[in-house]
Amino acid sequence: MAEIITKATRESFGMALCELAKTNKDIVVLDADLAAATKTSIFKKEFPKRFRDCGIAECNMMGVAAGLAASGKIPVAASFAMFATGRAFEQIRNSIAYPHLNVKIAGSHAGISTGEDGATHQCLEDIALMRTLPGMVVLNPADHYEMMAATKAAVEYKGPVYIRLGRLAIDSFNDPDTYKFELGKGITLHEGNDVAVIATGLVVNEALKAVRELKTQGINARLINIHTIKPIDEEIIIKAAKETGRIITVEEHNIIGGLADAVCQVTSAKCPVPVTRIGVEDKFGYSGPAKELLEIFGLCKDNIAKVITDVVKG
Amino acid sequence: MNSKEEKQLKILACKSRIGAILGTYNAKSGHPGGSLSAADIFTYLYFKEMSVDPKNPDDPYRDRFVLSKGHCCPSLYATLALKGYFQWSELEKLRHVGAMLQGHPDMKGTPGIDMSSGSLGQGVSAACGMALAAKLDNNNYRVYTVLGDGECEEGQVWESAMFASHNKLDNLVIIVDQNGLQIDGPVEEVCGIEPLDKKFESFGFKVVKIDGHNFAEIENAFITAKETKGQPTAILAKTIKGKGVSFMENQVGWHGTAPNKEQFEQATSELEAELAKLEGEC
Repeated sequence: MAEIITKATRESFGMALCELAKTNKDIVVLDADLAAATKTSIFKKEFPKRFRDCGIAECNMMGVAAGLAASGKIPVAASFAMFATGRAFEQIRNSIAYPHLNVKIAGSHAGISTGEDGATHQCLEDIALMRTLPGMVVLNPADHYEMMAATKAAVEYKGPVYIRLGRLAIDSFNDPDTYKFELGKGITLHEGNDVAVIATGLVVNEALKAVRELKTQGINARLINIHTIKPIDEEIIIKAAKETGRIITVEEHNIIGGLADAVCQVTSAKCPVPVTRIGVEDKFGYSGPAKELLEIFGLCKDNIAKVITDVVKG
Repeated sequence: MNSKEEKQLKILACKSRIGAILGTYNAKSGHPGGSLSAADIFTYLYFKEMSVDPKNPDDPYRDRFVLSKGHCCPSLYATLALKGYFQWSELEKLRHVGAMLQGHPDMKGTPGIDMSSGSLGQGVSAACGMALAAKLDNNNYRVYTVLGDGECEEGQVWESAMFASHNKLDNLVIIVDQNGLQIDGPVEEVCGIEPLDKKFESFGFKVVKIDGHNFAEIENAFITAKETKGQPTAILAKTIKGKGVSFMENQVGWHGTAPNKEQFEQATSELEAELAKLEGEC
């Protein structure tokens, strides 16, 4: 069993950037007065000359990133997911995505697990916003090891990438000795043919605990981790739909526009099956400790296990 | 600049205006007013100021230009064609399906376009990024961007202005094409931006005010910009919207309206008469 590392993916991201920047001299990191929170502060400390704080001006930051990319740099523009993808959406669309510039956008404090800051800061729409943009790669890594590998892949990929970072420290579940990140490829974490659970990001580990527990009760659920929401792995979804006939999606995002819709777009066209969606059901969040909120919104092992049981037992 | 050089620039600017009218007429849409007001600035940039090579448009050490007021691309396209980036005949296909020349600048499809633009307020930020990239690599290329006076109503312009002066981007020159008009009317009636010089000064810029149709003044402004160290420069260029076409000058309605056949012929004949006069003087 690999060592379990308990770390927020924002921190893993900051560490990965630092590691990559040692050999890749083109990486430039921008932040909008949230370096301490997005953890680009780790990079700032190590590479102060290649870090620029843009101040509380996300729209300008995205444009500066576009200009840096147009001049051969690999800019990483970080802020909270809400402000990076929401406030600066049109700048990302017109100055980054339309010219397909090599900018990496990092959205931290994504999802309900942002916690006490409440609804204004709990971004539940970032995946929806980013996946509508032509050519934008959308990544949502699930643990420390996956974030380290995904950050490397994002930097190596030539084109715009959105990468979602979480605030809450979570346990790792991947084994670094065997783990392999492939852009656009889902990973089957647990085999089973009763139902296919497709999860993304911070809640993957909860889904993994749920399917493992259910196996002891005779329910064999397949679990697929989708770290790349765009381009989505159609093959693994179609195979799961054909072999299980039932899909459950799990995401820390509005059930509109995120993983659920991405999966349904594949199944409805290629292999229609019933899809049950676990996520935030078209609501805003509110203040509270992250773990409590995740339980209230059903993004925890017990609720995932309950939904799986209900779906399987009909 | 000697008088011969000035005459050559005037000829090129006149041709650029002819191209803008040709393009918008064939497109049956587009923005002639601001294209005509900015034509002298584009001409000066590409034929006197910037170090660029149309045979090597992606040269990493070239000077860069961002047309933040992207809708005024018809005369920029004409200037780029005159410089040799692509054929003049492309202007006849402006805004057509499959055309190289899009309604707003597209860096992926048009040689010589350094940044896609069109959504107002965004160009200065991109220009800041380019200027910062030069600083990070100790390159000495310079970055120029033209924006509209109405565009200065966009908050992002001021976000980028703060960024430019905070980062001491003295390799960045902002040129405001101050033709005084925007779609809904005179800028000062819609949502006034004055005193623009004091605004840019207080944001940390070296400010130079000029007549944007006077090449000697344009030249002096760019010389000042080059001599300015430790801060970016803003050139506030007073211009006439629709400059060079009698019935378009200072008319709000010519912001985003294409000439019909009769108007196209009249505008072209006026500009060609001016061109013949300039060439006759050479």
